[in-house]
Parts: sequence; C-alpha cells; structure tokens
Amino acid sequence: MIPAKFDYARASSVEEAVRLLSSEEDSKALAGGHSLLPLMRLRIAAPTLLVDIGRIKGLSGVRDKGDAVGIGALTRHADVASDATVGREAPLLAKVASQIGDPQVRHRGTFGGSIAHGDPASDLPAACLALGASFVAVGPEGERVIPADDFFQGFLTTSLEANEVLTEILVPKAAGARWSFQKFNRRAQDWAIVGCAVVQNGLTRIGLVNMEAAPVRAKGAEEALADGASAGEAAGHASDGLEPPSDLNASSEFRRHLASVLVRRGLEEAGKS
Amino acid sequence: MELSLTVNGKARTDDVEPRLLLVHYLRDVARLTGTNIGCDTSSCGACTVHMDGEAVKSCTVLAVQADGHEITTIEGLASDGTMHPMQEAFRQNHALQCGYCTPGMVMAATSFLKENPHPTEAEVREGLEGNLCRCTGYHNIVKAILAAAQS
Amino acid sequence: MTTTEAPPEERVFGQRLLRKEDPELLTGEARFVADVDVHGALYIALVRSTLAHARIVSIDVGPALEVPGVTAVFTGADLEQEWAGPLPCAWPVTEDMKAPTHLPLAVGKVCYTGDAVAVVVAESEYQARDGAEAVVVEYEPLPPVVDLGDAVSDRVVIHEDLGTNKSYTWELSPDAEAVDRAFAEATHRVHGHYIQQRLIPAAMEPRGVVVIPQPFGGEYTVISATQIPHILKVMLALTSGISETSIRVIAPAVGGGFGSKLDVYAEELLSLVLARRLKRPIRWIETRSEGTQATIQGRGQIQDIELAADADGRITAIRVKLLADMGAYLQLVTPGVPLLGAFLYAGVYDVPAYSFSCTSVFTNLTPTDAYRGAGRPEATYAIERAIDQLALEVGVDPAEIRRRNYIKPDQFPYNSVAGLVYDSGNYVGSLEKALDLSGYGELRKEQERRREQNDPVQLGIGLSTYMEMCGLAPSRVLASLRYVAGGWEAATVRLLPTGKVQVVTGTSPHGQGHETSWSQIAADRLGVSPDDVEVLHGDTAVSPYGLDSYGSRSLAVGGVAVAIATDRVIEKARQIAAHQLEAAEEDLEFTAGTFRVKGSPEKSMPLGAVAFEAFTAHNLPDGMEPNLEASSHFDPPNFTFPFGTHVCVVEIDTETGGVRLRGYTAVDDCGNQVNPLIVEGQVHGGVVQGVAQALFEEASYDSQGNLLTSTLVDYLVPAASEFPSLTTGTTVTPSPTNLLGVKGVGEAGTIGAAPAVINAVCDALSPYGIHDIDMPATPERVWTAIQEAAR
Repeated sequence: MIPAKFDYARASSVEEAVRLLSSEEDSKALAGGHSLLPLMRLRIAAPTLLVDIGRIKGLSGVRDKGDAVGIGALTRHADVASDATVGREAPLLAKVASQIGDPQVRHRGTFGGSIAHGDPASDLPAACLALGASFVAVGPEGERVIPADDFFQGFLTTSLEANEVLTEILVPKAAGARWSFQKFNRRAQDWAIVGCAVVQNGLTRIGLVNMEAAPVRAKGAEEALADGASAGEAAGHASDGLEPPSDLNASSEFRRHLASVLVRRGLEEAGKS
Repeated sequence: MELSLTVNGKARTDDVEPRLLLVHYLRDVARLTGTNIGCDTSSCGACTVHMDGEAVKSCTVLAVQADGHEITTIEGLASDGTMHPMQEAFRQNHALQCGYCTPGMVMAATSFLKENPHPTEAEVREGLEGNLCRCTGYHNIVKAILAAAQS
Repeated sequence: MTTTEAPPEERVFGQRLLRKEDPELLTGEARFVADVDVHGALYIALVRSTLAHARIVSIDVGPALEVPGVTAVFTGADLEQEWAGPLPCAWPVTEDMKAPTHLPLAVGKVCYTGDAVAVVVAESEYQARDGAEAVVVEYEPLPPVVDLGDAVSDRVVIHEDLGTNKSYTWELSPDAEAVDRAFAEATHRVHGHYIQQRLIPAAMEPRGVVVIPQPFGGEYTVISATQIPHILKVMLALTSGISETSIRVIAPAVGGGFGSKLDVYAEELLSLVLARRLKRPIRWIETRSEGTQATIQGRGQIQDIELAADADGRITAIRVKLLADMGAYLQLVTPGVPLLGAFLYAGVYDVPAYSFSCTSVFTNLTPTDAYRGAGRPEATYAIERAIDQLALEVGVDPAEIRRRNYIKPDQFPYNSVAGLVYDSGNYVGSLEKALDLSGYGELRKEQERRREQNDPVQLGIGLSTYMEMCGLAPSRVLASLRYVAGGWEAATVRLLPTGKVQVVTGTSPHGQGHETSWSQIAADRLGVSPDDVEVLHGDTAVSPYGLDSYGSRSLAVGGVAVAIATDRVIEKARQIAAHQLEAAEEDLEFTAGTFRVKGSPEKSMPLGAVAFEAFTAHNLPDGMEPNLEASSHFDPPNFTFPFGTHVCVVEIDTETGGVRLRGYTAVDDCGNQVNPLIVEGQVHGGVVQGVAQALFEEASYDSQGNLLTSTLVDYLVPAASEFPSLTTGTTVTPSPTNLLGVKGVGEAGTIGAAPAVINAVCDALSPYGIHDIDMPATPERVWTAIQEAAR
C-alpha cells in the first residue's frame, strides 16, 4: 500500500519545526520514518502535514555531558549501537540498539523517533526507564526536560505535545552499573513479545517491553528487591499491578509468566556482569 | 516537489509527490526495476538499496527523504560488465531460485559485509534478519555470504 | 532395487552446473510482471469486502470518480454481462459435488473478507488506490461461518442456492470389512487428531497481471505472474468468451509460486475484460496485505487417523477421516487437494487394510487450494505423527517402529492398499543413512543426560520417513479422479543451422531452474555443451502445448518429454548422417556429439554438420523433410514416488516454551539427479517451508472471519536468523517408469519436515506426558502444555 496524500515541509531548525508542527492540527514530525511510515502505508495513520526534522543540524550524535550522556534525537540506532561513549557509559543502550528491528531499520530508525512514538513493544523506552533517562523537548514555550518515568502515558501516547520536538535523550552515566537486556520473540526481526532491561546501580530499575499499553517499569519486582528478595522471588512480582496485552503472539497470562522468567534471568545475568 | 539525488553514480532531478516512496521513485521514475517490492510493512527486505552506502528498505523511505543522498541499486553493483563479488558468490553457491528476493538480499549482504568483514555464520544469519526468502531455505545464501567474505 | 551411485561426473546429466537463470536475476535485468512497462496502461485497484459474510446493500462509486486520475469504477453488477462463465474449478471430484457460482466481482453478497466488490480504474497506481479507498460500500452483515464444525452443522448456509455448506464426501475404502476386522483383532490401537492450520503461501513476488489488447490487429496479450500460462489461456477464453486463438499468455520471470500461482484468479479475468471494454492496456499488481486475503491459502484440514497394530507394532489397518476447509469458493483445484493425500495415509508402510473418507465444507474464509505438497504433506504428517504415537504405545524407539513397518526394498514395484503402484524405494536405507548422518545415537545420549540433569533446556529428536506421489500425472488416472484435464507434458527439440539447440518446453518454471536442467538433459544426449542449448518456455505463442509446473511434475513428465524429443532428433540425424557417410544406420555410433562409422572412425560427421545439412536440405535422403526437429507429448505411465528420511533436533526452553531448531538432517531420494545443486536447493527451501508450518506460520482468523495475520509483521515467514545450516544427504533409487530414472523433488522437503519437527517437539516433552501439540508449536502452546501436564 501507499500513504494517503499529505503536505510535506522540511524544517531547518528546531524552532522552524515547532512552528510548522503548530501550523496544522494533524501534523506529525518525521525523522527516520521507521515508526510512522509503516502506519501511513497501511493508512492506519494519515497525517495531513509531515514536518521532516531529519535534516536539522545538531540533533544527531552522542555527547559527553559530564554526569550524563547526551544522545541527539536523530541519532540512528546503528550509531547508538556502535558509539564508543555509549558503549562505555551506557552499554545497555548499545546492546538494545543493536537488536532493534533489522540492520536496514537500524540504518534509518532514530533514537528520538522510537521514544516519541511511545510504542510499548519497542525496546528503547524500556531501556530508558531502567536507566532513569530523561528527554529534552522543545516547544513554543521553549525547552523542558521530561523524566522517562513521566513520559510514557498510554498506547502510542506520550507527554510530548503535538507541537513539541524531542531533541535529546539524557542518560545518566552508569559505567559501573550491572545490567542485562532480555528479549523474547519468535523471529529476530520482530518486536519483543516481552522484554526487560535491568540496571543495578545500588538500586535496581527494571523496564519492561510489551507488558502494558505503555512502556512501564516492573515496580513490583523492584520493590521486592529493595525489601531484600532474591532474584527468583522478585521476578515473581514482575507483572504486579500490570495489565499485559493479549495478542496473537501471547496471552496476557503468558506475558506475565514470560516477564517473570525474563526478569529473573535479567537479574541473574546482571548479577554476573 | 523537487528532488535531487544521485542514483548509481548519476545525478538526477525530478519533480515528485511528497508521498512517493523511494522504491516507487526508483522503479517508476528512474526506471530501475531491479529493486523489487515484496510487502508493505518493511518486513521482507526485497526493496533493500544502499543509501550513502548503507542498506535501507526503500519502501520505508520517502523519495523526498533521499534528497541530496546517494542511492545505489542492484543495477549499480556490477561494473564494466563484471558482476560484483557478492553477485558472483550468490551464483557460485546457488543462493537464488526464483530470484525475487535476490536484489534485496545482495544489497543487504554487501552492506553487512562492509560493517562486519569477517563474520561468523551466526552473525551472517543475524545480519539477514530483515530479508525474507521463500525458496532457498537461506542455507546457500548464508554460504554465499561467508564465501564472499573469504574472497 | 538397489541404491546406486550418481551418474559419473563426465556426463552433463548429473553435474552441479551453475544456473543459466542467475545472471539476469542477480543484476536486476530479469523482468517480473511488475517490471513490464506498457505505454498508455490504466491501473486497477480492487475494493474488497471488510466483512466475511454480508449482503451488499449499496455501493457508492461517486466519491471514487471524483478522485483525480480515476477514469472508471465498476461493480459486480456492472460487469455481470461480461462473463461467459464463472471462475473455473477444474476438479469436480464427485458427480454430486456442490460448487457455488464464483464471479470475479461479487454480486449481491460477499463470502469472505477480501472478496472483491468493485474495481477502480485510474491513470496511475497511486490514483487507483486512492479511488479504491474512496468507494463506499454498505453491507448488511450476516453471521460468518469460520469454524469447520460450525460449517458442517449448516446452522448458517453460506451459498443459499446449494442448501448446504458441504461440498462433497469422497471415499476410498477398498475393503471396509477388512479394516473393521483388523481393528477388532488389533493388540494396539492409536488415534491421532491433527489440525492442519491454514497457511499463506507468501511467494516473495506478489501476484500481478498486465493485459495488452489489440482487438483489431491481433490478440490479447496477458502477462501474468502465473505457474500455468497454458491452463490460464484456456480458462481465460472460456470465462471471457474471447476466442482461444486471440489470447496469448506470457509468464515472465515469476517470483515463486508454491501453488499460489497455480490458479485462475479474479484479477486476471478482470484485467482481460476491462482491456476489452476500455480498449487500453490494464495493469494490476497485488500488495502483500491484499494477497494474504485474495490469494489462495493452503492446508485447512482436520484429520482423524487411527492405526491398528499387532503385538509387535506392525500396522494391520489404517482408517482416516478428513474434514477439509474449501473456503468461500472453489478455486481451480481446491476440491482435489485432499484427494492428492488420500492415497498416501499409509505412507511408506506395508499396510494391508485401509479406508479413507473426506468431507469438504465451505466457510467464510479465503478459498484454499494447492500449496507446496498439496494434500501430501497433510497425509504424511498424519501417518508420521501417528506412527510415533504407536512407538510410544508399543514401547519401542521411533526408528525401530518404522523399521518394522517399512515396505521392504524387495517388495517394489509395490501394490499399495490404496491402489497405487509404488515404482521403487529403499526406505530402510534412507533411514539408516539419516540416523548415521545426524548422529542419532549420540543425540539420544545427550537427551538422556539433559533429562537426568533436569536441564531447563530439553532436547527433542524427531524422525519422519516420507514418500510422495509426484510426476502428476497419468492422464487416465486423472480421468478416474474426475480431473478435467490430462497430465502429459510437451517438448520440442530443434537443431538450429549453426548447430545450436533449441528446447521448447510446456513446463513453466518460477525458480526451479528448468533452463539449466533441461539444457543438461538435451546436451547430455546430444553430446553438445549445455551452453549451446537454449530453453524457451512460459509463452503460449512459443510453446503452444503444455500443462505447466506444479506438483513436482516438471522433471518427471516435462523433463522426460525433452529427453524423448531429443532422442527423436538424434534418430533423424542418424538417418541423415548415414546417408551422407554412405553407411548403414546400424553401422553408426553416436558418441560425444559425433556420428562415426563403426570400425572406420575417420568416417564421421559431427551433429552440427548434420544440422546444417538438414537446414540446407541439399543432400537429404529421398523423401525426407528438411530440418532437425522433433516433439514429444509424454503421458507418464505411472506416478513417481520419491522418498526420504528427515531427522530434526530441537531444543526447548521449558521455562519460556521457546523451540529452537538446533539441527536438521534430510536424506532424500528423488531417483537420478539431473543437477544435484538444484536438488539440494529444493530440499533446503522445502524443509524450511515445512519447519515454518510446524513452528511459525498460521493464517489466524477471529470469530468474525477477519484475518489477523494480513501482513508479514503478523504472518511469521521465518528468516535466516531462525535456522541453523541444514545437513543434506541423498540416496539414489532410480524410477523404472521413465527413461531418465527421475522422480521429482520440489515438494519433498516440505512433506518431510513438519512431522519431523513436531515429532521432535513431542519427543522433548514426552517426559512430561505430552505426546501431541498443535501446529505451529508456538512458545505459548508449548508452555501451556507443560503447565497443564504438571497439573
């Protein structure tokens, strides 16, 4: 299939992008297009204006920001996966980025696009939740920083306003942290049926893939660990309070089970790292 | 809207609809029909071309996004009447049957080897995760890519 | 029949020649139907039903006509007068089979999601699709029939004029009493209930058709992504009313078929009649999410198989009952698919009593039809699963139960209880080779270790020995099965003035490499280089006779026809050479492409020189016609029966239910091999498609008949990342029924693989008391089975 007709505008700066996005109600920002264009081709999404932010200078690349790593929103998955700073300071992210989709997708898809799309089946949101990342957004009122915990609101819904542009992902440095990423799927190219990102840096934070309408943390397991539970015991609480979706790949019940297995494995692997 | 890019080393300028997909631009405007279309969800990889030397799925790129970029299609791989070593490796190893996924497979494989010149078999298989073939069972495709890496 | 070595390397026949087809496919030069650019063509897009079962209340085409570029929109009612006949079904399997009228555009009601209700014609593809989106159809929903049991009940009758959802019941029961007696006397009885889920063929190239009309000066040229240009031509003539002499069908480069392009489709007919009506070329290219609904699906059967066996586990009778899902309508060979399996439920085993019955029903789902193997994978799955259950019941190893039941090598030709004569076979030889190649003994030890250690990752080893009936087909047998065409194949071989060779074949390759293999067959006999042979195919103007490619028939029927025609050419050449060399024909020997007088080797004449003499006709024997050309229309005397044994090794993560294919060994015997490289490729691809049925693929529908797996995101065609390398081996047991000793290999891998995989999965899970699992064996199914077993 092919997308329905739309207007197209190319922004040369974040400010211009914000202005363009504000100019039309059904506008959408386009970066790599690897979340949006598939939906448009099946005509599940039909924005009337696409604002191409892909050429805005300065939104791509990884910067060392002292206590955090700043990853430009337009940085492609392939570049995140191979970046030396990311590999040193946030190796979990490199691992997660290296497993998104397939190589072609990783050459085009962007970190910011994946976050802004807010897909519960995507891996990067879970990793950002586990890492305690935050997102820099620029809108008509200027810039604001949104912690990952406050960002993902519901199915494909984030706290990003329609006329805001996500510009950067800030990831606290965690060079010594223990971590693990577990992804369970049937074909390598597919989204995870369930996944989990575990980061242990004193406290343990666990981000889950595909366990709710939005990307979420495994709070039940985190709290159990804080109370001194073993990996196995804590993993049993991985889906506490969550309502995992049911679909062709897994029922809600099976997802709960998978989450407990993957979280236990994640905790065990992190413990060894 | 106006689009200027390089396709297989030749500069082109065309006026295109914003919604025109790169794959349709290559096939219908640039008249390079070697790049095939096998799905509408970025799943099959038949439409894989190189954008600035890297494999991308041209069904999931708008033609206007390719403005200013260099595109290489399967037609641009052979030079001076000689097939690219990857094409030759596919032939030597019987890595194609109906040949429909083949241009995309070859483009994915050449991009993959550029990033990982000495892969293991497992790495080759992972590297092909975005390309579907219904005929070969992948066995000989993997063999061909490993052979190309050797040469 | 003994296992022999492959033909020696110096012969062209049997060599691993690189394919002639490859360079154009590797460089993008090859022209698939979507690559055919016709100046002035109009594009069509179809409006398809979004409901499985509904009356069409109204269709508003007005909004579509306002879309820029849209030139016309037609509904089913608008085109009803265009048809001389409905979409064809060529296999009325019983005299009283019920067949609904199936028009290319539905009139009055729709019977599955995807059923076409209107066609939009526009100046470009994008405009045609925009137009199709704009058509407004109002439906009155009717209750959909999705479940086969529900269909049988006739609670809702889909085709009211038929009065029932049952299309036919077909039986094969040579001696019902013997079967009853065997079950009454049996020591062991096992019953298997298996579901053959619907599969989406998903050839990588979607379908497509371009029709170029020349109503005044010539003919309608139909370029279609089809496996069957010859059959399509006849059917287009019958359904459109256009004379067969005015239709030319071309199958260009075709990107795989697997049965899905062995059909006559609504879009082909629509394109033809719209070209006739609008007097412009018409072009239609399918999208994948359209094709998952509008192209036939495979399988769709519920199987009940019972085995009776004596105390040693020797099978004494088999009883099979099938319920087969035809889908909403009957396509070209839909009703015949279960029959292709009907003869094979006894598999490779020496079974004295047998009965088979199949009832086929309509549902509100996409029509089913032939998909790689067509009936034979289903049959093989049932018997190979059931014999594993028998092994458990008797308490012997799966390899041993098979050894006890195989037809022995000295029993060939073997008269099967179902009425076939198996040409040749050595099943135990293939088993022993497969066990050896796979390291079966070591695998069993590793399995034991993992079981003892309670390893969360358990090992499963699965066997299957398959046999298939291919080389479709002796025409008289087809007549007895009420198929409306024959099963012969045609070939013409001619020598050109320069000594080059032209082979014209009625087969229509779409990935199988016939250009290479047929060149090898002809070159081997003629003593020329295969490079000097060209193979023409896929165009009814070039190869007027042919019955096309499906059912692993091409080599065993079409390839043999090439050999026969070649020999006829040599015979004529021999007469010319004898005349020119002034020798008696019987004194000539023909070796390495040259006629020599025996005892006087200096008196010789190469074939090229004979060809030139035949062309100039200056000095031919009295009364002989010029040129060297001969044809054959080969009607095979019997089917061929390739066979093999596959060993599958899986690892099951018992915590997640994930099944990983760790290793796969396939030992196949397709008789003599023309080109082992191509044989291996067919086996690799076939195995992966069979594994895909076992572990990944299913056309899933919701209770309303909506296809949930309409894209390749949801329909899981596996990639390279899901497989290990495969181990292949062969045995060679030539077929005595054709002069090449060949059998066919296109479907073998698929037939052998699914039962081997599920036997492996069940083997891994047998300590839990789990002995069956539905396909595909998804992680959730495996995990759920483990949970339920623990309860």
